[in-house]
Order: sequence, then structure tokens, then C-alpha cells
Amino acid sequence: MCSGSCNGEFRGSRNSEHLLCVQVLLAVSGGPSSCSMLSQVQEGVSQNAHKKLRFFPGIVYIDEGGALGQCKEMRQKTTSELCDMFRSTGFPFYILPLEQVLDLPGSVLTPSPPSDQPGSVYKAAVDLFLQSGDSSSDGKAEEQECVSLPAVQESHTRLLQQLIGSAQTLTAKQDLLNTFRQHLLVHTARTRGYSKLMQGDSCTRLAVKLLTSISLGRGAQLAQDTGFSDCRYGGVTVVRPMREYSAKEIAYYNHMFKVPSVVIPNLDTKMPDKASIQRLTQNFVTKLQADFHSTVSTIYRTGEKLQTAGRGSSAAEDAERCVLCVCGLDTAAEEASALQATLISEQLSQSSVKPEPPANVGQCCSSERPCGGAEGTGDCCRSSRDHEATDLRSLLCYSCRRTVRDMSSVDCLPQYVLSVAQRRQNRSAMKEQISEFLLDDADENN
Amino acid sequence: MPVLCSSCSEKRAVLKRPKTGHSLCKACFFWAFEEEVHQTIVAAKLFRPGETVGIAASGGKDSTVLAHVMKLLNERHGYGLELMLISVDEGITGYRDDSLETVKRNQQQYELPLKIVSYEELYGWTMDAIVKQVGLKNNCTFCGVFRRQALDRGAIMLKVDKICTGHNADDVAETVLMNILRGDIARLRRCTAISTASEGDGVVPRCKPLKYAYEKEIVLYAYFKKLDYFSTECIYSPNAYRGYARTFLKDLESIRPSSIMDIIHSGENLSVREGVKMPVQGTCSRCGYISSQALCKSCVLLEGLNRGLPKLGIGKHHRLHEKILSQQPLTEHEQRKLKSVDF
Repeated sequence: MCSGSCNGEFRGSRNSEHLLCVQVLLAVSGGPSSCSMLSQVQEGVSQNAHKKLRFFPGIVYIDEGGALGQCKEMRQKTTSELCDMFRSTGFPFYILPLEQVLDLPGSVLTPSPPSDQPGSVYKAAVDLFLQSGDSSSDGKAEEQECVSLPAVQESHTRLLQQLIGSAQTLTAKQDLLNTFRQHLLVHTARTRGYSKLMQGDSCTRLAVKLLTSISLGRGAQLAQDTGFSDCRYGGVTVVRPMREYSAKEIAYYNHMFKVPSVVIPNLDTKMPDKASIQRLTQNFVTKLQADFHSTVSTIYRTGEKLQTAGRGSSAAEDAERCVLCVCGLDTAAEEASALQATLISEQLSQSSVKPEPPANVGQCCSSERPCGGAEGTGDCCRSSRDHEATDLRSLLCYSCRRTVRDMSSVDCLPQYVLSVAQRRQNRSAMKEQISEFLLDDADENN
Repeated sequence: MPVLCSSCSEKRAVLKRPKTGHSLCKACFFWAFEEEVHQTIVAAKLFRPGETVGIAASGGKDSTVLAHVMKLLNERHGYGLELMLISVDEGITGYRDDSLETVKRNQQQYELPLKIVSYEELYGWTMDAIVKQVGLKNNCTFCGVFRRQALDRGAIMLKVDKICTGHNADDVAETVLMNILRGDIARLRRCTAISTASEGDGVVPRCKPLKYAYEKEIVLYAYFKKLDYFSTECIYSPNAYRGYARTFLKDLESIRPSSIMDIIHSGENLSVREGVKMPVQGTCSRCGYISSQALCKSCVLLEGLNRGLPKLGIGKHHRLHEKILSQQPLTEHEQRKLKSVDF
């Protein structure tokens, strides 16, 4: 496995048209897979590369120490190690604390229109590239923003911990952490002008992610969660170039080419096997792979054959996207579906009134109409907190609903999520009031 | 301080529902369970009035509860169905002959006609004999393939319009997981369907009324209703690949009880990319049963057994179909490959 062929595979896997002459943000977590990706990009854009990669990379690292309850010194230490690593690459880099997610604007949950149309500005981009006299090392020194961990307010860290702590199960905690990390990454990419976000998920990790997603109820969103490119955020496309390498291959590569990486703990580090669904799935896949060597690649190939179900495409309206994961909603409780069966079970176990099968599941009663008691979702309006929780549920996809159900209070969610939710509810109420007068929904997409 | 039933709020709760976590009294639980099955049947339009329905009965908990609930709902809601029991005797000593006794008792208790079909009369092989030749690793493949055809043959002999099986939510979720692990995209697409399509002669459409019932709830129901069932694991099954998926599912359930329904939800919402090659349904050239290849799987397996080549049928064997059909002898090299079996 020589460096040349490895890098060749790396370039090939990226579906080259995607990435020519654009700004690409590399999301590096410090782990072996993302550091390997960084090293290969570095190799690829260097002057003497055989087939030079032609894009402008930047690096971003999100420090999650606040959510894990790490002390300031620990966070500083990790950050400065990574700072040195990034500085040696010569690319611009950004180190952000996860606490910044609390200050995000609501626009992060709305897919922005793609800023560069591939065909039309391609020539202009190539010209620009040629003029800039070839990227990397020399010119970039002054552009590096080496910020050692920006001062994080205690209060922010506390809020973040409250947010993560409001989830009662580790599964929900991890899910929330992943969601908010992704939001922050996308926001960073957008505001700094990057149109692509590269993540270093390996084949092994994606196989685990696929099984985890199935177990969490994310079957409809599988293609976006584990595919090569994920367009749910509109202007910023998430790509996963490392998806064809297994964890073992990456380990060999890193060892042979002395790629540095930093060990950073996670929420489920040192936790027992059944602490969370994510942890359980990882153990399961790893053990099964030991006995049946084709497990990971088979799961991966299965995932490749799937696509995003119907309405989840990038053309879906705002109102049809989940407020947390920004994927299309999969909660139309059709006749004879698992979702409908679950709702019926909940109803039958609670109220003493003989229920009708729920006609329209997505909506709870709005605050203006009186609640119909056993109608609708059956748990409407018992208290204002229940009301809020139910209202938010109608804006979430199936698996985000499960996650939020594990939270003790939805008020801990960051402001941007709650305000976007409020706005969508208002619009939905408005639409309902005027529904008989609307001719078509053509202008919803504005 | 006794916990009150969350449904009627009058009686003391005697159990906690695995599916939703609510505490219920016996009567409310029975009612909820039966009502859910009824809603499933109605929403999925599983039956039409006047149809004859064969209940696949093995004597185990799922089929016993299924028979009980189907009879009850048929009377309570007036489905207008004629119910019968169909049972398959695979010829497993110490397991199947005991469970068949349970089925015969069920027949008397529910006063339903019963038909038993056996592998011996259909194929000339019992599972005991098959395991002697094949070993303990791939025997479940033989049993499953033969049973499917056996059920259909029994149904045709009884002239039923539909078959219903006792597959529960855990089974469906396990199947979804297994198909992902095996990379079987064609089955993955079909496995969450509640009923099969009804084309082809020799094939009777089948459905799963218990599709959304948790296995634990089925056991709870049978326990409290004091239903008589046979509860031993098949003696030949410990090494089946499905066991991995099952253990994983059990662990998932212990972390988050709703995962079973979550997996079924995922399975129902999967969408296959266009251009992925899918098998096309045709018929077997030898026996006329439905098949996506020239020869159906059970013909291939039988051929392997009869020729003393146990591995024929396990693994890829499309190229040998022509040879088998035309009764040509296989080359020595092929024979050697197909004979070796690891016990």
C-alpha cells in the first residue's frame, strides 16, 4: 500500500468535479481518521504532488470539552497540541468551542441556496486559481488564525452542560451533541465562505453509523447520514472522502507515514458496553467483523444502494424539514405503519375513551382552538410544558422526536432552535387559517 | 401504595407494558393488545369477509396467541372469516413432535380444523436426516426454505385464501437487521411489508397480523390468559447467523424499549436507489413454484441432498442450474467443492 496509490484512491473517491477550485473546510476531530484525511489533503495540494488537488483547504476543530465537563487546563492543553499540528500544515484554521453553538442564528437550520453553480463560474474559478500562483505554504502564513481557545464564559459552559444534561439517556446526549456539532461546523463553513465541508468518517465508522441510524429510526435519512455527499444544508455540502477506507487501513497508513493524531475523549469513552445505542452498535459491529470479515464492507455496500426517501430531497420546503437534523420529515403516519401503531398503542394505554385512529398526526391543537381531549395525539394541553413539547414534536423527524422525548425539558434547547420552531408553528397556524383560500403552494419556497 | 392502571384508573396495575412503559391492569392490557391487532388488521386491510384463512401453527407462543386472538376478533368484530390451523412437521425428534401435541390440543380448544404437512411426505427428508448430512451450520437454511413451500402446499390442500403467520415485531426488526448485515437489498425492501403479493399459482398470499406486537407482550398475554404453548428453542438452531441479530436486538431493547418499533419504522422508510439490480420473479422449471432463478431454492437444496452434495444450494450456484435441470453429472472438481462440510 504505497503512498502514491493511497493518495490516488483518495483523489478518485472524491468525485473530482465536486471539489475543483473551491474552498473546502476540513473538519478535524483530532482522531486518526480525520488526521489521516488532513495529511492526505496536505500531500495532495503540495507543489510536488503527482496529480495536484486543486482546492483551497481550511481546517476547523470543535472543542467539546465543555460538554464533557473537562477542566479549562485540559482543554487548553489539547487545543495547543492541535494548534501546533494545524500550524505546520500552513492552512488557515479555526478552533471553536462548542459553546458557540448557543449563539448561532436561526439561519443555520435553513438550507441556503448554493452559492456557486458548477458550470457557470467554473472558468472564473480556474482563472482565479491560476492567478493566485498556486496555493498553500508560502502565502498563507499571515492568513492563519491561530486563536488559542477563545475565552469561554462560565455561564455559556454551564448552559451547554445543562443542555446536554437535560437528556436523560446517553443515547440522547450523543445524538444531541452530534447534531449541534454539525450545526456549528456548517455555520462556520458558511460564514467563512467555504462551500464544502469534508468529514473524516471511515468505512468502519460509517457502517456503525448506518446500523445506529437504523436502530434510532433514521431509515429515511440514511443516505444523507452515510452517503458520500450530504446536501441537506444547501449552500454547504458535506462530503466524506474517507468512506472507502476501513479503520484498520487508516491505522496502517498513519503508522507508516507517521501521521500525528491526538486522543480526545468522547461522551461514551470508558462507558460500559450497553451505555448507549451508539456504543452497543460499535461493539457489535467490531465483534462481528472479527468473526465474519466481510461485515463492514457488506453493510457499507448496502448503504450505498439506498437513497433518501422521496420528500427528503433538497427541494423540500422549510416546513417539511426537521428542526434539529434538517432532514425531511418522515412522520406522515400512513395507514398500517409503525408510527401509527405506536400512536395507537400509546392512546390505548392511557385514555379510557375508545379512540378513533388518529386522522392527522402531525399537528397538535394550536393554542387558539380548544383541545379535543382524546383526539389527535392524545396528550395535548395537560400542562403548558406538555403543550410545548408536543408542539415541538410536530416539527421533528421520528428519531429526533425520540431524542427529545428523553429530554427533561425542551427549554434547554438553544435559542435558535426554539425561535425557528416558534416561527414555523406560527406559519403553520397561519396556513391552516387560510388554507381554503390558498390556490397552490408555489410561493412557499421563497 | 399500589400503582393504578393508567387506562381505567380504577383497578390495580399488574404489569408494565414493554412497548410503552404504561402500567395496566389485566383487563385493560388484554383489551389494548387485542385492539391493536384489530387496528392493524383493519388499517392494512388484511382480510375480506368470507375468506378462508389458514393460521400457521407451530405450537409456540406466537402462533398460539395468534390463533386465540384471530378467533376472538373474528367473533367480536364479525370479520366473517373461516379459520383453520396448518402445521408443519419438520421431523425434529424431541422438539417438533412435542410441539405438535400442543397444536393438537389447540385444535380441540379452539375447535378449528387442522392439517399437518410433513417434510417426510413432501420431500422425503426429515430435518434429523438433513442435519446428519449437512451439519449444524447451514441447516436453518434448509428448514426455512422447505417450510415456506410446505406451508403453501398445506394451504392449497386445505383450499385457503390466505395464510397468516405469527411473526411479531421482534422478528421483523431482526429480519431488517439481518438483511442489512447480509447485504440483501431485495429482501430488505420487502421484509417490512405486512402482507405478500398474491401472484402466481402454487403461492398463497400471507400476512402478519402480529407485526406490531412485541414478543414480550405476546408472552405476557399468553401468561395472563393462561394459554397453553410449547416453549423450547429448536435444538438445531444455536449457531444460526440470525442469533447475532437477535442478541443485538435484545440489547437494543434493554437500552431503549422503543428501538424495535424504531427499526421497523426505519425499514418501512428505506428507499432503494434506482438502477440497483433486483431479482425478477419467475417460476421454477422443475416444480413450478415461484423463483427468481431457473430452479427454485428448494429444488436445488433437494438435489444437493439427494446427490450427497450438501453444499449445493449454500453459496452461489446459478451456473450449475442448467446442469442439474438436464440431469448431467457434475465434474469431479465441482463435486469435491460441494461435498466438504464443516461440522
